[in-house]
Amino acid sequence: MLTVENLTVEFPGRFGVFTAIEDVSLTIAPGEIHGLVGESGAGKSTIGAAIIGLLQVPGRVANGTMTLGETDLRSLGPVEAHRLRGERISMIFQDPQTSLNPLMTIEDQLIETIQAHEDISTSDARARAIALLEEIGITDATSRIKAYPHQFSGGMRQRVVIALALCTNPELIIADEPTTALDVAVQSQVLDLIQRLANTRGIGFLLITHDIGVIAQITDNVTVLRNGKVMETGPTDKVLRRPEHPYTSALMAAVPPLDRKLDRFLVPDDDTPDLAAPTGRSAADAEAWLSSGTQALGEGLLVENVTVRFSGNRTSLFRKPPAFTALDDVSMSVRPGTVMGLVGESGSGKSTMAKVITGLVQPSAGRLCLGGTDLPLARERGRKDPSRRLIQMVFQDPYSSLNSRHRIGDILAEPLWLYGLEADADKRRDIAAAMLDLVGLSADAIDRFPHQFSGGQRQRIAVARSLLARPRVLICDEPTSALDVSIQAQILNLLKDLQARFGLTILFISHNLAVVRQMCDDVTVLKGGKVVETGASEAFFTQPDAPYSRELLQLTPGFTSGAAA
Amino acid sequence: MAYFILKRLIQSVFVMLAVAFLAFSLFRFVGDPVSQMTGVETSEQDRERLRDELGLNDAFIVQFARFTGDMLKGDFGYSYRTRQPVAEMIATRIPATLELGTVALLISLIVGIPAGVYTALRPRGFVSQTILMTTLVGVSIPTFVIGIMLIFLFGVQLGWLPTFGRGGTVQIGGWTSSLFTSDGWRALILPALTLGVYQLTLTMRLVRAEMMEVMRSDYIRFATARGIPFRSLYFRHALANTMVPVITIIGLQFGGVIAFSIVTESVFQWPGMGLLFLESIRFVDIPVMGVYLVVIAFFFVLVNMAVDLLYVAIDPRLRVREDA
Repeated sequence: MLTVENLTVEFPGRFGVFTAIEDVSLTIAPGEIHGLVGESGAGKSTIGAAIIGLLQVPGRVANGTMTLGETDLRSLGPVEAHRLRGERISMIFQDPQTSLNPLMTIEDQLIETIQAHEDISTSDARARAIALLEEIGITDATSRIKAYPHQFSGGMRQRVVIALALCTNPELIIADEPTTALDVAVQSQVLDLIQRLANTRGIGFLLITHDIGVIAQITDNVTVLRNGKVMETGPTDKVLRRPEHPYTSALMAAVPPLDRKLDRFLVPDDDTPDLAAPTGRSAADAEAWLSSGTQALGEGLLVENVTVRFSGNRTSLFRKPPAFTALDDVSMSVRPGTVMGLVGESGSGKSTMAKVITGLVQPSAGRLCLGGTDLPLARERGRKDPSRRLIQMVFQDPYSSLNSRHRIGDILAEPLWLYGLEADADKRRDIAAAMLDLVGLSADAIDRFPHQFSGGQRQRIAVARSLLARPRVLICDEPTSALDVSIQAQILNLLKDLQARFGLTILFISHNLAVVRQMCDDVTVLKGGKVVETGASEAFFTQPDAPYSRELLQLTPGFTSGAAA
Repeated sequence: MAYFILKRLIQSVFVMLAVAFLAFSLFRFVGDPVSQMTGVETSEQDRERLRDELGLNDAFIVQFARFTGDMLKGDFGYSYRTRQPVAEMIATRIPATLELGTVALLISLIVGIPAGVYTALRPRGFVSQTILMTTLVGVSIPTFVIGIMLIFLFGVQLGWLPTFGRGGTVQIGGWTSSLFTSDGWRALILPALTLGVYQLTLTMRLVRAEMMEVMRSDYIRFATARGIPFRSLYFRHALANTMVPVITIIGLQFGGVIAFSIVTESVFQWPGMGLLFLESIRFVDIPVMGVYLVVIAFFFVLVNMAVDLLYVAIDPRLRVREDA
């Protein structure tokens, strides 16, 4: 149905032409789900945009042919191309929060789309829209159709997005990371829906994703991309289990498996120094400095009966605003020198927990304990309280967690002077340089700015910054979910090494169960602010107690690499 | 909803109190009202008696309370200069300023929004660049220079339009309007243009920036990918989302137009509040200045409240949260 041959996409720029896609060929048959996988910058989305004719300026298709059925997509004029959009090719975007017009009802958006392609009366269009919403799994569609996008939950919104893409009966749907922004349970529902639509309606899907698990679960064929070139293409099962190209096997090896625990990940193109045996003298310096603190070893962290309530928005003059309970009587114990995984869906209270421990949110009840002494709660914890140094945090998004106007040296030196660990500015700089070496960055990084680094490198800097405070507890809030698999593998390796070397206590917050299995000694599962299960990690993954944990494990798209290990 | 409006009203009361305090401080600290009222030959005893009669020897807080109370009753006091009640003076001047401000705002919206949309959709086009360059000139030149240039061109050289005053006016109740005679409109055009040009540029650039941002958003890309006709894409999907933040600024602008029409009014001898304010400054007519401050603040509060309500009307996200 769709045939793409030798597609080349170029972006002419001030410094010459950048070739984003080079010589890519792929075909999609009706009812086929074709996976397009690769790391960020591989050109996955560019291929989708080229097919639907929505390349960002100044991008242009330089070479190749694209045909949909009998239609040559490249020869279409702008008007014809626009008519084709929606009618024969549709698209689903990543984030359902942003892909619907917030000011229009679902009804208006659906009816407008249907009427844009068909001469059909408004009431007929409405009837079709309602039928479609029901087919897609929105109950009570007749009344729900009058709602605005913000009145739907994330998963429901993604269904509405799919309904919008479907309502014109297209032959091909390009799904650009359709489940990346969703929780596992919702993700699995959306994937089921896509599979069903491919089977029953014979729609061809081009599924763009970085998640190998998703690829393994629903695609028929897969194309592996890297730097705009096809590395390997073929039936999904064959490509994932018996990869022919070394890059594919390296990529598979970097995917954390859900079913067993690895000591280290194999990293594609691992050009960073091996941390197990620091080569540079400076890395040893940093190590010595970190260990020379009053007490370098991690300490246990005890959370007892913590409850957090947020008051809702006041809506009426006379009624009290309803309180929202983010954490409900949560207790857990992180043993000294171990990694505790905190898992749960979005909204389960994981990040609130991190904020309670770091003293940013005042719990309405409960007690915190760090290594046997009481930890003051948020309001009692002064600016200069020693625990501010002892508990450090690594954030999810390495792009926004480093001050883009500060040099790396200043960013790293900040904890040193802030906590009064090193009075001499020159020494601070030496320690910062040594620390860079320890986390696998070259020492000349010290005078650069954050924007000169990739996401993975920035996350290394963030880890270095948190370690320089000589913390006893490190809180990692989704430290790798913004990163590619191979980078994720590197960062996880780094965290593992540092944890083993300095005996850090880590609270590792993640929604990715496979990552948690690789990293953690213990696991706590949160749901709706309550603890569902807490205990040793291996026991949790092999024999979960709570039904919710079992469900969570089951829904995670699994991929077991055959050849990688 | 009721809660929302009430909250706003309470906030407004505090704003008005603060402004009233400022206005009152003018009386207290800018010169001595008694020496303003009396001549050099008035004896010290008479002055003291006058102070006592006027209550100027009372405690500060008592005087302020009396001042606010009088204001609330509609008693704005008397002008030092003309001996007329200030309320009357302001009332005769308000229509002129409001009409000028409204027409200026309309000009800026009617030209600014389409121009903003156009320049956003064709950011690199020749016409867009020309519009952007021209309006940049419009912003860079001070208002009074624009006014003088317009007078020179249309009033003096071409002789098409009058250069001062309101032209023919019609009395409707207590409202003197120049909107119902062609003569009045002719007199209104130049000052309204002068006042509107700066607002126009601001509106246009704001709409352009917001629109470009909206055009990059996922929902517009998704709507394009669904093949929604371009006309609907631009004017139904994109423009509505563009206007949400723009309305706030336009509201503030309208307040600004009313408050800062002083320069334009003085260039065109437009008999509005701004001109009255200038005259009052020249003669240190403190009561008029104080009341002017309060009235302008009242306008700002009113406009902002209207903007907030408009905001709720446009954006369903706010509306529904209020209902829930």
